[in-house]
Amino acid sequence: MLGFIFRRVLQSIPLLIGVSIIGFALMHLAPGGPLAVYTLNPTITNQDIERIRIVLGLDQPIHIQYIKWATGMFTGNWGYTFFGGRPVLWVILERMPATFLLMGSALSLAMMIGCSVGVLGAVRRYSVFDMLATSGAMVALSFPTFWFGLMAIYAFAIKLGWLPSGGMYELGEEDNIIDLLRHLVLPVMVLSLVIMAVWSRYARSAFLEVMHQDYMRTAKAKGLRAPARLWRHAFPNALKPLIALLGIELPALFSGALVTETIFGWPGMGRLFVDALNMKEYPSLMGMIMFTALFVIVGNLVADVLIAIIDPRVRL
Amino acid sequence: MSTDAVLRVRNLSVGFRIPGGSMQAVDAISFDLRHGETLGLVGESGSGKTLTSLALLRLLESPPAEFSADHVTFEGRDLQSLPEAEMADLRGARLSMIFQEPMTSLNPLMSIGRQIDEPLVRHLGLNHRAARHRTLELLARVGIPRPEAAAQSYPHQLSGGMRQRVMIAIALACRPAVLIADEPTTALDVTIQAQILELLRELQDELGTAILLITHDLAVIAEAAHRVAVMYAGRIVETGPVAQLFRAPLHPYTEGLLRSIPRIARIREAELPEIPGVVPAPGTLPPGCAFAARCAFAAPKCIAERPTLAPTGTDREVACWNPRNG
Amino acid sequence: MADLLEIHGLRTHFPVLSKLLRRRIGTVRAVDGVDLSVRPGAVLGVVGESGSGKTTLGKTILRLIEPTDGSITFEGRDITHLPPADMLALRARMQIVFQDPMSSLNPRMTIGRILAAPFEIHRVAKGTDLKDRVADLLRLVGLPAEAAHRYPHEFSGGQRQRVGIARALALRPALIIGDEPVSALDVSIQAQILNLLKRLQAEMGLTYILISHNLGVVSHICDEVAVMYLGRVVERGTREAIFFDPKHPYTEALLAAVPMPDPGTRRAHIPLTGDVPSPAHPPTGCAFHPRCPKAMPRCAIEAPRPATFAGGHVVACHLHAE
Repeated sequence: MLGFIFRRVLQSIPLLIGVSIIGFALMHLAPGGPLAVYTLNPTITNQDIERIRIVLGLDQPIHIQYIKWATGMFTGNWGYTFFGGRPVLWVILERMPATFLLMGSALSLAMMIGCSVGVLGAVRRYSVFDMLATSGAMVALSFPTFWFGLMAIYAFAIKLGWLPSGGMYELGEEDNIIDLLRHLVLPVMVLSLVIMAVWSRYARSAFLEVMHQDYMRTAKAKGLRAPARLWRHAFPNALKPLIALLGIELPALFSGALVTETIFGWPGMGRLFVDALNMKEYPSLMGMIMFTALFVIVGNLVADVLIAIIDPRVRL
Repeated sequence: MSTDAVLRVRNLSVGFRIPGGSMQAVDAISFDLRHGETLGLVGESGSGKTLTSLALLRLLESPPAEFSADHVTFEGRDLQSLPEAEMADLRGARLSMIFQEPMTSLNPLMSIGRQIDEPLVRHLGLNHRAARHRTLELLARVGIPRPEAAAQSYPHQLSGGMRQRVMIAIALACRPAVLIADEPTTALDVTIQAQILELLRELQDELGTAILLITHDLAVIAEAAHRVAVMYAGRIVETGPVAQLFRAPLHPYTEGLLRSIPRIARIREAELPEIPGVVPAPGTLPPGCAFAARCAFAAPKCIAERPTLAPTGTDREVACWNPRNG
Repeated sequence: MADLLEIHGLRTHFPVLSKLLRRRIGTVRAVDGVDLSVRPGAVLGVVGESGSGKTTLGKTILRLIEPTDGSITFEGRDITHLPPADMLALRARMQIVFQDPMSSLNPRMTIGRILAAPFEIHRVAKGTDLKDRVADLLRLVGLPAEAAHRYPHEFSGGQRQRVGIARALALRPALIIGDEPVSALDVSIQAQILNLLKRLQAEMGLTYILISHNLGVVSHICDEVAVMYLGRVVERGTREAIFFDPKHPYTEALLAAVPMPDPGTRRAHIPLTGDVPSPAHPPTGCAFHPRCPKAMPRCAIEAPRPATFAGGHVVACHLHAE
C-alpha cells in the first residue's frame, strides 16, 4: 500500500510540472503581457516600463524566467501583488479558509443527499420518486449557477428576509458561529445544488450497474437480506466510480465556488481570483492557478488512494 | 412418480412482459428432484434451462420476468407462495446455487474468507471466529491448497477452477438439501472440469445433497448425472435415467442431439448427423410440437397438436406422438 | 508434396511492463519455440487448454501479431518479415475465422456489404460481377440470397458463423485458420458448421488449421493434431497417433479428462491436479512436470527435446527419448 502511494505521488510530479508550464505560458501569451497593467497608467513612462521589465526579470529568455518563477513557487516565494505589494502566498492562504468552508460544506451536503437520492432511485427504479429525482436533477443541471444564486437572494433574502444576502458575517459578529452559519446557508445551497444533481445521477447509474452484477445474484443466492446485500456488497463496488468522480469533479467545484463567491460576496479565493483578473494582477493569478492545480492533483491522488484501499486489484 | 422427491416442480412457467403481451420462455414444465440424486437438465441456448433454475430460487427480477406454477414443493413447503423473508432463510442454507462464471459471481472487493463466512454467520448463527474456523475447513475440503492464505486472498488472485471451488464452498457451507449448479464447468478447461465434477460427486456422497445440474453438454450429463430431463424451446421433451436415455432416446430431438456430438472414435463418420434448421424464437412457438419443423418423423398430428409429457416404460417420460425406440 | 505452411522455432513473447515507468519486468512466452508443418489439403488441429498459446500461434502465423523469433514459410515463401504492403496481398491467401462472429461483423453493415468488402479492398470485382460473387458466396455457405440485404443481428449464431466463413472464402484462400470456430455454437448447430467446413474443404481443396479446446471436434475433422502446453508443442502426429496411441503424459491426461457422451464408458480417470501455470513464470525443465503423474527428477531440470517416431509422431518427453 505504501509502495502504491509512493508510486502515485511520483506520478503526480510530471503532471504538476506540465500544469505549471501551461499556466506560465498562458499568462505570457495573454494580450498585453504581464506589464499591461502599467501601460494604462498615464504617469508611467515607457522608460519606467522598461526599468520595471528589467527589475522583474522580464527581459531575460523565457525559459530562465520560467525556472526562476518555478523555483520561487517551490520555495514558497510566490511573488508580490502589484497593488499593495503583499506576498501572494499570504493573500491566498488568507482567503483559503473561507473557500474551503464553503466548498467543504457544499460538497458534503451534495454527496450525502445526492448519493441517497441516487441509491433510492436505483433501488426503486422507475418509481414516482425516481422520476421526480430524475427530472429534478435535469432542472438543476439546465440552469446556470448564477441564476439560482440570484433567485435564492431574491426569494430568501429580499422577499422573505430570512437570510442575509451576502458576505460572511455582519459587522462586529466575527466570532458568532450562528451568524456565520446564517451567512453560509444560501451560498452552500446554491453551490451544492448542481453537484447534488450530478452526484444523484452518477450514484443512480453506479448502483444500477452494480446491482445487475453476477456477485449480487450470488449474494442473494446465499440468503443475504436486502440491507446486507446493499451495504456490504453493492455499496463498496458502487463507491469506486463515485470516488473517481470526486477527483474529476474538483475543478468544476472550484469554478462553481468562484461564481458563487462572486454572487454572494463571499470573501474567498473565488472573489480574489475575479478581482485579480479585473486588475490584471499577474502574480496573484499565477499563484492561484498553481494553487488550484495543486489542490486538484492532490485531490485526485487522495481519490486514487481511497480506491486502492477499497479495491485490492488496484493495489498491485 | 417417486414419492421421495426433495424438490417437486409442477407446471412451472416463466414469461417476460414485453410491449403488447408476454413472451413465454419456460412453458409449464414439471419434474422431481429426488433425495441424493443428480438430475441433469440439458438443453441448448434459449431452451429455458437457466431461467428455470433462477425461477426455482426466485432470483429472477420481476418485473420484467413473471413466473407461475401449480406448485414448487421443497421440503414440504411451496416455494412459490413463501414470503420473501422465509425464502431468504432457505437460500444458501437448504437450497443453494452455483453459477457459470466463477469470476464475476464472486465479489471482487471482498476477501474469499469473508465471502464464505457470510452464509455461515447468516444461517448457522456462528460468530465470526467460529465461522472463519469452519471456512478454513471448507476451503481445505474443496481442495484449495493453503486455506489460511486463500481466505485472505481476493477472487482475482485465484484461477478459474479455484474460484469455482470457492463458489462450491459457499454453496455447500450450510449443508443444503438441494444444490442447483448452472453450467458449473462451462467456463473451465477440460482437466479442471474433470476435477470439479469429481469434487461435486464426492461432496454429494458426503452430504447427501441432491443436485440439479444444468448444462448444454450431454457429455457432462453422461458423466455426472443419474437422471436427465431434456429441454427444448422452454419445454421438457424427455426424462429418464441417464443410461437408458442415452442408449435408447425416445424423443427425436434427444436422438438428434446425441448423434450430432462429434466423438473420439477410431473410424470417423464422413458427415455428422445434423439437426436441420434452428430453435424457434421464444414467442413464435407453433401450436403443435415445438420440434416438428426440424423433425424427420413429423406427422400432421405433430404440427396440429402439442404432445404432453407422458410416462412410458420404467421411470421414463416423453412428449412425442411418435417416440423413437418405443 | 511441399508443405503449404512451415513454421520453425516460432516464438511470440509479450513484455510484462511495470506499472509506473512501463519498464519491461518480465516476459510472457505465449508461443515458445514451435515447429509445425501443414500439407496442402490437410487439416491440422491445434489443441490445448487456456494459456497454452494456441490462439497466439494462429494469430502469429497470419502475422496479426508479430513473431519474436523463428520463421514462417507459406507457399514456399518466407513471410516472417514481409512488409505490410506485401502482407495485404498475402492475406487473400490465408484467412481466419473467429469464435464469435458477432464481434467481427460490423453491426451497421449489411451482410452484402460485409461480403463485398474483400473484393473491393483487393480490387478484384465491382458492379454486377461483385453482386454475383456475393450471391455465390452466400449459396456456398448455405445462406439464402436475400441475406445480403439484412444485418448481422438478424441472424442466429450459426448463421453468423456461416457469414464469417463466407467472408474468409471470398478471395479463394489456400489456408484458413479457424480459431474455435464452433465453440460458441449449440451442438446441433455445431454439427451443421463442421459439416459445412468439411464439405468446403473437399470442394475447394482448402487447408485448415483448426484451433480448438474441444477434442471431439478435432478428432472429427482433423488429419493431424498438435498438442500445446504453455507455448510449446508437446506432441504432434496423425489423428490416430494422438487419440489412440498418445505418448506424452499431458496428452493422455487431456484425453482422459474429456467427458464422453456415453454413460458407463468411464475410462480410468487420470484427473490432473492443479492448474496450468502462468506463461510468465513457466516451470523449469519440462513445463508440465509439476502436474505430471510420471515426472522424474530429470524433468525438473532439463527440457525434453522432441523425438520423432514412426509416421512422423513427435513427442517432447523424457519418457520417450530417441
